[in-house]
Order: sequence, then C-alpha cells, then structure tokens
Amino acid sequence: MEFQTTINGESHLIECEPGDTLYRVLRAGGYASVKQGCDCEGTCGACTVLLDGEAILSCITPAPRAAGREVTTVEALGHPSKPHVLQQSFVAAGAVQCGYCTPGMILAAKSLLDRERSPSDAQIADALSGNLCRCTGYVKIIDAVRDAAATLREEAK
Amino acid sequence: MNKAHKTDRSDKNTSSQTNKTEQAKAFRVVGHSVPKIDALGMACGLEQYVADHDLTDALVGYIVPSPHAHARIRAIDAKKARAIPGVHAVLTHEDLPRNFHTTAGQGFVEPSPYDSLVLDSKVRFVGDKVALIAAETRELCIEAARALKVDYEVLAPVLDAKKAMEKGAPVIHDEPEAHMPIPVPYDAKRNMAASASMGVGDMDEVKKSSHLWLTRDFSTHYAQHCPIEPHVCLGYLDPRDRVVLVSSTQVPFHARRITAQALGIPVKRVRVIKPRIGGGFGAKQEVMIEQVVAALVLATRRKVLLLLTRAEEFVSRTRHPIDVTLEGGFNRDGSINGMRMKVLSNTGAYGSHALTVMCNCGSKVLPLYRMSTVAFDAKAVYTNLPVGGAYRGYGATQAAFAMEVFMDEVAEELGLDPIELRRRNHIKPGEGSPVFAALGEGKPGVEQKIGSSGLAECLTLGEKEIGWWDKRGKKLGDGPKRRGVGMCALMQGSSIPEIDMASVSMKMNDDGSFNLIVGATDLGTGSDTVLAQMAAEVLGLSTDDILVTSSDTDLTPFDVGAYASSTTYLSGEAVRRAALDVAAQVKKVAAEMLETSAEGITLVGGKACVADGRAVTLGQIGLRTLYERDQHQIAATASAISQKSPPPFSAHFAEVEVDTETGFVRVVKYVAAIDCGTAINPKLAEGQVEGAVVNGLSYALTEEYLFDDKGKMRNPNFTDYKIWSTTDMPEYKTIMVPTYEETGPFGAKSVSEICINGPCPAISNAIYDAVGVRLRDTPFTPERVLAALRAAKA
Repeated sequence: MEFQTTINGESHLIECEPGDTLYRVLRAGGYASVKQGCDCEGTCGACTVLLDGEAILSCITPAPRAAGREVTTVEALGHPSKPHVLQQSFVAAGAVQCGYCTPGMILAAKSLLDRERSPSDAQIADALSGNLCRCTGYVKIIDAVRDAAATLREEAK
Repeated sequence: MNKAHKTDRSDKNTSSQTNKTEQAKAFRVVGHSVPKIDALGMACGLEQYVADHDLTDALVGYIVPSPHAHARIRAIDAKKARAIPGVHAVLTHEDLPRNFHTTAGQGFVEPSPYDSLVLDSKVRFVGDKVALIAAETRELCIEAARALKVDYEVLAPVLDAKKAMEKGAPVIHDEPEAHMPIPVPYDAKRNMAASASMGVGDMDEVKKSSHLWLTRDFSTHYAQHCPIEPHVCLGYLDPRDRVVLVSSTQVPFHARRITAQALGIPVKRVRVIKPRIGGGFGAKQEVMIEQVVAALVLATRRKVLLLLTRAEEFVSRTRHPIDVTLEGGFNRDGSINGMRMKVLSNTGAYGSHALTVMCNCGSKVLPLYRMSTVAFDAKAVYTNLPVGGAYRGYGATQAAFAMEVFMDEVAEELGLDPIELRRRNHIKPGEGSPVFAALGEGKPGVEQKIGSSGLAECLTLGEKEIGWWDKRGKKLGDGPKRRGVGMCALMQGSSIPEIDMASVSMKMNDDGSFNLIVGATDLGTGSDTVLAQMAAEVLGLSTDDILVTSSDTDLTPFDVGAYASSTTYLSGEAVRRAALDVAAQVKKVAAEMLETSAEGITLVGGKACVADGRAVTLGQIGLRTLYERDQHQIAATASAISQKSPPPFSAHFAEVEVDTETGFVRVVKYVAAIDCGTAINPKLAEGQVEGAVVNGLSYALTEEYLFDDKGKMRNPNFTDYKIWSTTDMPEYKTIMVPTYEETGPFGAKSVSEICINGPCPAISNAIYDAVGVRLRDTPFTPERVLAALRAAKA
C-alpha cells in the first residue's frame, strides 16, 4: 500500500507491505537514529519517535498510522552545529554513555516538555519510564531533562 | 530542585595523600568534566553503530538454535534448506574446520578451556549453535532452519551445578579434543571446567582458638548484561579478499585473533573495526559471533549482518551463578583470625571465563580484610544451561554478596556495629594480602601493597549521608511496612597485572592538534574522552585539540581491550607516555625556534612558552615541522604493561522499606561512596558509578532467569525479565572520595565495575535490619522475601 506522510518536515510517499511497522519504514528510509533493542515488542523504547509531537514506539506502530501526519526523529531536532536544548543538556549533564537509547530518550523528553514546562522529577521519570538505559542508571538523564526544562523556560521569558 | 540525585566531591583526605590530591587539583584538563567527545553526535543521532552501516545487498545471518539442552547430532541434512530461493548458505558442522578455541575473548594464551567450535556435532544448551544460515531476509533464514533435517540423539542434561560432578553424571564435553591450553586443573570427564585453591596458615587452629566460628552458605543467580544494543556484527570481503568485521566488540584485537584461529585463516586476513557500540558490560568481550559472520562471508562472498534478537541475547553469555560458602574465626573485638571461602561456579555449557571469574571471587574480595590465615577452594562445573562469561563485577559481585552479608552476621554475633567491624579490619595503605600473590588469572597473582585507599572516608561519609544512627535498628515504618538500613564495603582491581598491555600512537598536525590513535575500546564508557583528556593535559592543549581514532586492528596499535577495569589505568598510562614523548619532540623544535634549551620550555594553552614570556604556538611548530624546515613527522608510539592492579574502594549504604504482607522491597535511598583515585572526568566517573549501582539494584531485586524442566529459559524478554527503568529509582547519591594512586596516570585507578557489587549485600543487610530475616540467596523478589518472613515466623 501507499500513503503520504511528513518525516522531519519533508513530504514522503511511502510504499509498504501489510504488517510493516513505522520503525521498519524509518530504518529503510535511512533514519538511523531510530534504534531497536527488544525484537520490536515495544519494551525498550529505543525506537521512540514523535508522531504529531507525541512520543510513540515506532516498532509497534503500524506504518500507515503515520498517513497524513508528521513524524519526527532526533535528526530533525538539531545537528552538532546547532543542537536542540535537550541535545545540549544531555551532553552537558553527562547523560550520554553508549548513546544507543539517547535518541529515544530525548524524543520522549521533548514530548513531555512540549506539554509540561515545569515537570517534577516524578513526571520526568514517568515520561521516560518506557525507555530503558543500561549505562547511566538514569540519574544524569533525569538531570538533563530537568536542566533542559529550566533552559527552555528561561528562553521563553 | 535537584535534591533527590546529587553528588558530593569530598575535599577531605588522609594526610599522607593530601599533597598529591592537592596537586591533582592543579590539572587543567584532567579532573574536569569535559563533554564526552562523541556525545553530541549521539544526541543528534549521527554516530554510527554496526547496524547503521551501509547494508545495501547485505544478507541476514542466522544461528539455528538447539531445541535441546544436551543432544548429539546423528545426522544433519541441509539439502532442502539450501534449495530455498534467497538462501545463500547453510553451514553445518560438516562444512567447518574442527578448530578448538575459547570464545572468552582474553589475551593469548587464554586461561579458559578450548572447548568450543564454530559448529560441533553436539549441542550443549538450549540455544546452542546447530547450523549457520545466510539468506536475503530473516524470514527466509527461519524457513531454511525449518527445512533443515536434524536427527538428534537426545541426551540426559545436567541442570543442577551441585550434581554436575556426581559419579555417573552425563559428560557434557566428551570430545577428546577439549583441553585447557595452560597448565591448570581441568577434568572434562567429570564436568569440571576449572578448579583452584590456596591456603595460608592453619585453619583448624583458627577454629579452635577463635571466640566465634561462623559458617554460612550463599548463592547468586543468573543474569544477563542487557546492553540495549544486542551483539551485532557486519562482515564483508574487501577487494583484496580480506574479511572485514565491523563488530560490537570490547576486544577487537582478540576478536581478530580468535576469528582467525576458529576458521583456520591467517590473522592478517582479518580486520576488525569497532564503531560506536550500544553497551557491553562484559557480554561483548565474548568472541562469539565474529567467527560465525566470517564463516558466512567466506561461504557466500557477500556482505552479512548478524544481529542477535533480545531472546538470543539472553542465552548468549551470562553472569555465572555461584554458590559461596564462607567460614571464619573471629575474636571478641572483631579482629579476624582466619577465613575460608568455598566456591562452586556454574559455567554452563562452555568454560568461558570459568577459571578467572571463580578466582576473582577470592582475589577481589578476601584481600579487603586483614587476616593471616586464609583459604580459598573453588570449582567451576559444566552444566547444560546458558554459558557464563565476563560480566561487570566478574566474580567479585557474587563473592562480595557473600562476604558482606557474612560480615553483617559476624557483627551481629559479636554485638558490634557493622561499620565499626569493617573499620577494624579493612586493608589500609601500606598493607598487603597473601591472596594477591596466590590468586592470579590462570597463574599465581602479583604481590602488591595498597598504595591509595579512601575507604575509611567512604565509610564515614556514607554513614552520615544515609543517616545510619537515626535509622539502624529502629525498624521505622507504618503497619506492615518496615524500614531498615544496611551497608557493605567493596574493592575491585584496575587491570590484570603483568598480563594486560595497551599501546597508543600520536602524531602532530599542522595546526598543532594531535591524532591520538588507540587500540583501546570505548563501549560507551567515555574512554576515548578520558584518554584525550590525558593527552591534552600533558601537551597543554584542550580536549578538542586531540582527535581520537580507536579500535581498528588495521589502523590502531594493540590494546587488550575493554575489560578488567583497565582502560583508564592502563591505556591511560600508555597515552601519558606517548604524550610525554611527543611533548619532548615539540619542545625540541620550540627550543630551536626560540633559541633556548628544551628544558626551559613548558607547554600550556596551545603554546610552547619560555619563562621570559616568549612563546610559539603549537600550530607554528606543526607547520614548521611539516612544511618549512627540517621537515619530519612529530609522532610517537608507547606501550604500557600494568605491574599492579590497585583496587578502587567503595562503601555502599541502602535504606529499604519491606512490605511484610507482600514481600515487596522498595529501596528508599541508596548511597555509593567511591575512591577511584583521581577521577579523570568526574561526570563520566559518576556515570560509571550510577550505571553500575542501578544495574546492581536491578540484579538484586527484579532480574531472574526462569527455566523449564528441560533447561530452556522461559523469560527471554524485557516484559518477563525486568531491568530497572526511571520509575524504579530510589533517592540516590554518589560521593566521590579522591585519592592519588602513584602507579596510575595522573593518580587514577579504575571505576567501572566495583559499584555493581554493592546492592546485593547492602540490600540484604538492610532487609535484615528492617524485618529480621537473612536473605542469603539472590534475588530478593517478593516471593523469596515473603517465604523468608513466613519461615521466620514458623
């Protein structure tokens, strides 16, 4: 089947097979930041992307669900010369170790910060609870999101 | 705001080391939390992992898993499988050379038995390799696996380590070729993968003369490292017919050597490249899939990607489950007359790391306490269960659990505070242990005296932070929920002394920047950054003037790889030496340019400076040496071998709440105080502590392998094997206690492994404080805690 979707601001005509997930479509399209760590069971969070700004697990999302909607991967947030506040805060807080869970973490955090300007630590933890990290112990990831929220509030002033 | 998770960097120190730690504060780059050099690229989704490479026309690799725990392959017929369109290779044991090797991924000659083949005519655990397939899709691989006709002679399995060496037990490695490549005890006919013992003093006398003699049994459980990226390897033939393996390995050089050995091809025909990798924790020390991919590449002459599924990852390599018995004699004042540790390690179907993990139970745990009489007696046995391997903590995790709960029990028996008992007994600077010299890695160890230790301060600061005296023995809490606190003390090592070697090269560029080319393997730990910081420190540059290339067997000099907590300590020392060498060359040129002597020149702020204020930039020096005058390449290669394995020390404190009605244990607060010498990059060091602690908490409370009665793992997924997420986190605090280790680069010791050892004992001891039941078997699941509570009542 075919459908139209927007990925990182660009319109795409996607051809897919029945049963194809959004994860599969994105990887095939070269969006390498979308990772996989749980056999596409939706239990590790590494495949997290934004669908109309909402964090979703692309590995258990049927691809056609993106029809007519906007998909965002971490590549679209910023690049090393002009990183997004969350990308910067993850680096500055020491929240990135192996980096494999990082794109998903950042997008889950972005989805939270877009709807909640001043999240509590508990709200941050809730928003990231579906994203597993085995390296950091989460301490600095929570720090990074808290710091990013503060920076974004400051910038909005 | 930032109350729940914070870090203290203690400025206090023992007097003997104060001067040195003061000096360490003068470092300009070392000791500062510069950003991890690859972090921004990762946060932007740009850094490349194995599966992010060009996969155009790549075939999918697949390992046909054994459905049986123990079976002989009487016959295997691949005709039908090979005939399926899109299937490019089906390899069985008949197609591959019978080159025995170990997958342990250790230095040559390995202290692990050569008991493995790429494919054998026998399978030894559920998930063992039956055949290898390369096809256009994974679905086709599975179709081909179904079309494979295998005639199994199913054999009785050994599923209980305690029964593995019983007379008449099925023999798991009955092939005559299985052997130990080094002269240590090995008896495959009795399912014994390793044994080791040592003893100093007269234990019978200790037993007779001690005020208290105590014996206790402990057991620890299977676990998997769970890197979020499972094992993955991409292989292809380059135009010169060499096998290139882009692999998620912690040991590129060992992977090259072992792949060549297993397939009977020359080492020079193999190139291993490690790109960014998604965590390792020891799992990726195992050279387990590189030879499989290489075999499929050679059979198909195509690009092949083998990516383990999570379910496959769970039965790839694991933490050895180990039973530990401790007995010891103590005086009224808590001093130790002697202790004996007995170890029974289950190495699973293959003996990877069997000997060394088991020996580490003794060598990384017994020396923590002063004792003149000490005995260690260990065996590792084969079973038809998943294979043990290297896992962060490496035996110390298992034995520290036993030792630190044992010490809690001794303190109680003697009416002493558990922290005080540690204070009276723990090893101090200037002291040694007979265990250091007796227990090594496949040979005797190396005698050493402790140079630096911040353990005393770790105990004091942790005691204060957890609120020990307000909480200990108070059984605080409401109704069925009771609170308690527990603690433990820990040590580990830094590298394998007189065995491990690391080397690096440096060369200067025309803008004064340097390439730092290291064999060392950054598996997400930040070692590339830490090594760049050390080079920058010596050269008076900033970290971004150091361009790191790491882990490519064609391009970088040798390094044993990332294991044994060695990279900062050992590869760091090689970096320091290479940097000193190029610094001397830089100074020589600067001296010519400034018409002065090299001795008077210091490198600072990107310049070579003379005391009178004159200076040339390193960029000017770079340009001159490459283009202008007396042209030559400023470059150096240096190596380092460790002479010692200085232990980092740590003290952990846990406050828990036990629900006596459900058995659920909630960790309320956790404190880890750590002495890793100089933290080269404090934030990255804290990250190592935090990651290890949370992995340890998860191991202590929720992670557990469930097997059916045929030895098959029933829960190989993240739904049924629970690793912690953000919402499981307690209030948490890291306390860094700096010391200065004279033998380490810039005073550094290791930090990566030690803290995974704390949660099991600290939580068990806290549970005892809360509800009065001793948990000597891990993990402390609600079922186990409830059963213990009920048993205590009965």
